[in-house]
Amino acid sequence: MAKRDRLSGNEAVAIALRQINPDVFPAFPITPSTEIPQYFASFAANGQVDTEFIPVESEHSSMSAAIGASAAGARSLTATSSCGLAYMWEELYIAASNRLPLALALVNRALSGPININCDHSDSMGARDAGWIQIYAENNQEAYDNMVQAFRISEHKDVRLPIMICQDGFITSHAVENMELLEDEDVRKFVGEYEPENYLLNPECPMAAGPYSVTDYYMEAKRNQAEGMRHAEKAVLDVAAEFKALSGREYGLFESYRMEDADRAVVMIGSAAGTAKDAIDRLRERGEKAGLIKIRLFRPFPAEAIAEALKNVKAIAVMDRAEGYTNHGGPLGADVMAALFRAKSPAHAINIVYGLGGRDVRVGDIENVFEDLNQIIKDGDAGETYRYMGIRE
Amino acid sequence: MGNLTEIRWHGRGGQGAKTAALLLADVAFQTGKYVQGFPEYGPERMGAPITAYNRISDTAIRVHSNIYDPQYVVVVDESLLEAVDVTGGLKEDGAILINTERSKEEIIRHLKGYKGKVYTIDAKKVSLATMGKYFPNTPLLAAIVKVAGIMDEETFLREMRASFNHKFASKPEVIDGNMKALEMALEEVQ
Repeated sequence: MAKRDRLSGNEAVAIALRQINPDVFPAFPITPSTEIPQYFASFAANGQVDTEFIPVESEHSSMSAAIGASAAGARSLTATSSCGLAYMWEELYIAASNRLPLALALVNRALSGPININCDHSDSMGARDAGWIQIYAENNQEAYDNMVQAFRISEHKDVRLPIMICQDGFITSHAVENMELLEDEDVRKFVGEYEPENYLLNPECPMAAGPYSVTDYYMEAKRNQAEGMRHAEKAVLDVAAEFKALSGREYGLFESYRMEDADRAVVMIGSAAGTAKDAIDRLRERGEKAGLIKIRLFRPFPAEAIAEALKNVKAIAVMDRAEGYTNHGGPLGADVMAALFRAKSPAHAINIVYGLGGRDVRVGDIENVFEDLNQIIKDGDAGETYRYMGIRE
Repeated sequence: MGNLTEIRWHGRGGQGAKTAALLLADVAFQTGKYVQGFPEYGPERMGAPITAYNRISDTAIRVHSNIYDPQYVVVVDESLLEAVDVTGGLKEDGAILINTERSKEEIIRHLKGYKGKVYTIDAKKVSLATMGKYFPNTPLLAAIVKVAGIMDEETFLREMRASFNHKFASKPEVIDGNMKALEMALEEVQ
């Protein structure tokens, strides 16, 4: 039985973690993710979980401890944001290269500077090449549901990679919204017991974790990581299918909203997609064929499926909540453009940087994007393909 | 969105505007509504102006922007009338509720010609009389529920008692004071 509730995104993720009952949770606080370990610490103190909760002295240590626990054979995770993620940079790569299926509850926040506590995706986008699976949420329900699905994906025997479950700082993490929670018992059964194949604390099979690798093995190790990533898409879909049977809620690699006959589409990640849906409904009332692709799985990047979903669209705006400093746009823009190129798409595509440092996104802003796409179709030319939205000139 | 009500709160850090918005979301949720309650933070320090928002609707809420054209505005700290454009975008068929000990006639002069309804409450008086300390958010919560007609008073008080019983489980001695503050505020708002 599902339970109706109203929770902040942080509270929702903390509850998912209580239901999962992981083995080890080391944490160091940083706005806006602090509440996740804060709520969890009280669950641990109240005996509602069996987890070893370890308050550590930095994010470098929280990720190191999560790695150590995971290598030892425990189901482990931590939570962070922004500069906290930056401070665990080295460890991100160590977790991935050791094929450790730990999780990170990331609450997206702008990286300094100027120092800023609000949402954009510059923290996780910077870590996009670290070898982690990355999944993003539009709202609190999705943040919760993604967390419930996380370990099933990361621990999948064909994948065995760490997973980052991202949600938008403040916009969802600190907003109370309606949602449905699953029963504790159902989540526990769904996630199941973690049974690692190889782990440090297995006396039957002594092993080393994280050894030095010279040139004769390094490249094979990296190729093996890529192999795990190749299986991640299927694992995401398989777990989503099981999750739908449990919850009734449907998830894929991305969400297509009103794309059936769309001639224009925006592609975006995170909470602004909800705002875009309202804009699209307004445009549809005026007879305009607007649609949305909302990315859920960003790493690995489901390029072929996205190009397929966009194949009938004449003009596309890829929306990046992070700069890439390529002089061409942001990271999502680069990936979508590459996907369109490989699929030999004839569509016009532009890349819009928006929402940096919490700059608000309004329904009207997205309507304007579709108006710009309309103009591009009329002109038969995309014009400037690298644009900013909501900037004060 | 069916019957969408949008409310914007203006307060200063530490006064509980965010908490009030979250409590309002809570109590509206209990009556079966879809809700959002969220803060917009500026500098993280006591006394800085902060804004908080509520959406209350009969249908699911997807939009994640701030609120620019609210039906209702609540001003927790009247010193903000000079510092912030509190009536910015406020609908003329809506209302503004201000925490002040001054008269309505006097306060209206500070509202830049706002033509909608103006309500006032002396939340300090209510708070000190019922709780012995100054917590403006509890009286203002009751006042906005009445002004915006979010639910009938009986349901509101019943749901709030349940909420306080949960929230203050470890210090039940404050529950009666908070309940009295709500009841008095429902009478005092004008």
